[in-house]
Amino acid sequence: MTETTESVRQSTPRPVGTEPLDALARLESEAIHIFREVAGEFDRPVILFSGGKDSTVLLHLAVKAFWPAPVPFPLLHVDTGHNLDEVIEFRDRTVERYGLRLVVASVQDYIDDGRLEERADGTRNPLQTVPLLDSITGNKFDAVFGGGRRDEERARAKERIFSLRNSFGQWEPRRQRPELWNLYNGRHRSGEHVRVFPLSNWTELDVWRYIQREAIELPSIYFAHTREVFQRDGMWLTAGPWFGPRADEPVQELTVRYRTVGDGSCTGAVLSEAADLDEVIAEVSASRLTERGATRADDRLSEAAMEDRKREGYF
Amino acid sequence: MSDLLRLATAGSVDDGKSTLVGRLLYDTKSVLADTLDAVHRASVDKGLSTPDLSLLVDGLRSEREQGITIDVAYRYFATPKRSFVLADTPGHVQYTRNTVTGASTAQLAVLLVDARKGVLEQTRRHAAVLALLGVPRLVLAVNKIDLANYDEATFEVIAKEFTDHATALGYPVGSVLSIPVSALVGDNVVDRSARTPWYVGPTLLEHLETVPVEPDPHDAPFRFPVQYVIRTNTAEHTDYRGYAGQVAAGTVRPGDEVVVLPSGRRTTVSRIDTPDGELAEAEAGRSVTLLLDDEIDITRGDLIATVSEAPAPVDEFDATVAWLSDKPLRPGARVLVKHGARTVQAVVTELSARFDEQKLASVPNPQTLDLNEIGRVRVRTAEPLPVDDYAVNRRNGAFLVIDAGDGATLAAGLVGAGLQALEVDPNSLGGDVDAESGDLVSPGP
Repeated sequence: MTETTESVRQSTPRPVGTEPLDALARLESEAIHIFREVAGEFDRPVILFSGGKDSTVLLHLAVKAFWPAPVPFPLLHVDTGHNLDEVIEFRDRTVERYGLRLVVASVQDYIDDGRLEERADGTRNPLQTVPLLDSITGNKFDAVFGGGRRDEERARAKERIFSLRNSFGQWEPRRQRPELWNLYNGRHRSGEHVRVFPLSNWTELDVWRYIQREAIELPSIYFAHTREVFQRDGMWLTAGPWFGPRADEPVQELTVRYRTVGDGSCTGAVLSEAADLDEVIAEVSASRLTERGATRADDRLSEAAMEDRKREGYF
Repeated sequence: MSDLLRLATAGSVDDGKSTLVGRLLYDTKSVLADTLDAVHRASVDKGLSTPDLSLLVDGLRSEREQGITIDVAYRYFATPKRSFVLADTPGHVQYTRNTVTGASTAQLAVLLVDARKGVLEQTRRHAAVLALLGVPRLVLAVNKIDLANYDEATFEVIAKEFTDHATALGYPVGSVLSIPVSALVGDNVVDRSARTPWYVGPTLLEHLETVPVEPDPHDAPFRFPVQYVIRTNTAEHTDYRGYAGQVAAGTVRPGDEVVVLPSGRRTTVSRIDTPDGELAEAEAGRSVTLLLDDEIDITRGDLIATVSEAPAPVDEFDATVAWLSDKPLRPGARVLVKHGARTVQAVVTELSARFDEQKLASVPNPQTLDLNEIGRVRVRTAEPLPVDDYAVNRRNGAFLVIDAGDGATLAAGLVGAGLQALEVDPNSLGGDVDAESGDLVSPGP
């Protein structure tokens, strides 16, 4: 490798050890830039953290953005009460490892004291919105990081990286700001907040490849394991306190894994033998179903389901 | 590992842009079975015998109901060679707003024309906006070539007219490519068509996969907006003080002499930190933390630049603005300007010209600048900003104009007189004026 000099900048070879930025490194740099912009411009940011793979990647990027100082934000988990034990254990261990503060907004508390009512179908995903908004208001959070990606679903394709929400948490398509260059506009009025999506430009495969590259730990349910499951609406659900199985839903022991983490009543496992990251990436690369289509009943309700929930203040 | 190409598409619904984007997603197998099933069902409902690929990219229900696309949508596809982030910018009433947004991050833009209609006013205006925003490469997709009987002469006439226009806008030879395609049947989008034997160039996807990605300007003078000061004091990192940011232009190495703007204090870069270890250099696009030799007062919003070619901080400058708001701009407007990581109060002291995109000429001293109009202004800021000319340095020459009241983004700002470069000699243009152009310049709802 030749010595680099100022006079031949145009064609200087790179010094040993500095590779050009590849696609994943560019996405990482973009996400870190977004975290730092929010830290610089907002008073009380918070990271939504469920223990799922996207929010785990989000937290990993936040740690890298502020290293060697600690992440200057707390974490928020909207807990449906329908989580798998493995995920809650992972959540608590991760929070402790990074020495962060976790705020939990509990759907169960809202049901217990009557502020929310259990739905007939037992699904609690739609019930998350009220505890989320109450928590944002009560803690005066002005920026809320989420792991949403634009490739997840059509209504998200036009989502901004900085998504302005009114004081009711609602997303108004026509009030969204044009996003130019990498100059983000986080200005908001008192009571409004901004949802921030640093993974906007990532695909599901990017997330998995990044997890592999960075050796990020995930809850064990993302990898193939044997589990007692029953079938409902074409999905494999884990038996649990979420209204299942019913008498006509036989329980079977199968080898499965989860592609997303969510309310146990409507987030299904997929039949899979993929037991490690290489196998998961191979499976995701070959998959013929989107992760939401495969595993989220609530998104299958209607074509515009996500659009409607976003307007209501959901992520 | 594959690299990343950010591209934008521009064209109207009639040109078949949604179908072309749908075709790219479909033929690169970026569409998964459940999404495809939904499109097949919807197509059958509409009485179609083949899937309507445009349904893959229509997003919001309100748009589907109105049959229009109102906003920039982002699409993702990948091949073994490259990953692509595609900003799909609809050409409708708010076309400039959308084109400007999509073009601001694009390394390449794909413009569509209908082979039966050829280069329209709208095509020229799109190209002018792309040139203004500094998109380095253009592709003209001459679509619906099947409906023009795969006629070589038709294609050649359109390709030449467009290339001449792009050259007039400043695009060098080799940065513009025209491709005959049919998005509907798939000719030359991903797979080479046997029906255009006279076309020897690459298919659209082959071109996107192999076109040199315009590097971030890592040969340009070094620019580093400080986003955040990282401070900690632990056993491992005593009195740590690092300046976090993303290299906006150029390359930095330990030992480089730098100046901190606007203060003008000089120091030397002692270390480039990342959680993965120290770097021997950091080039444009990379997020890093810089450690400096001297303890000087640096805060968010400051710019660290190379000493030899540092920009002079100015509190008054000429700029081109693309107005993106329903509220018109009037001279004397008090606004906020966000440049790099700094937001300052500002006044638009003069509105000296409005760009007439039909004639590619300037109209002097307009009363206002309305939604989707582009104009030349003079800006005075409350604090000096270390700006570069946008034409020389895209990242450090760009700024946002923000409404101080409701926080809305009012305009995309480009430092310098970039607009002048677009003022093409009218004699060099073809003469057609088409019926479509009327609704494209109306100022929106």
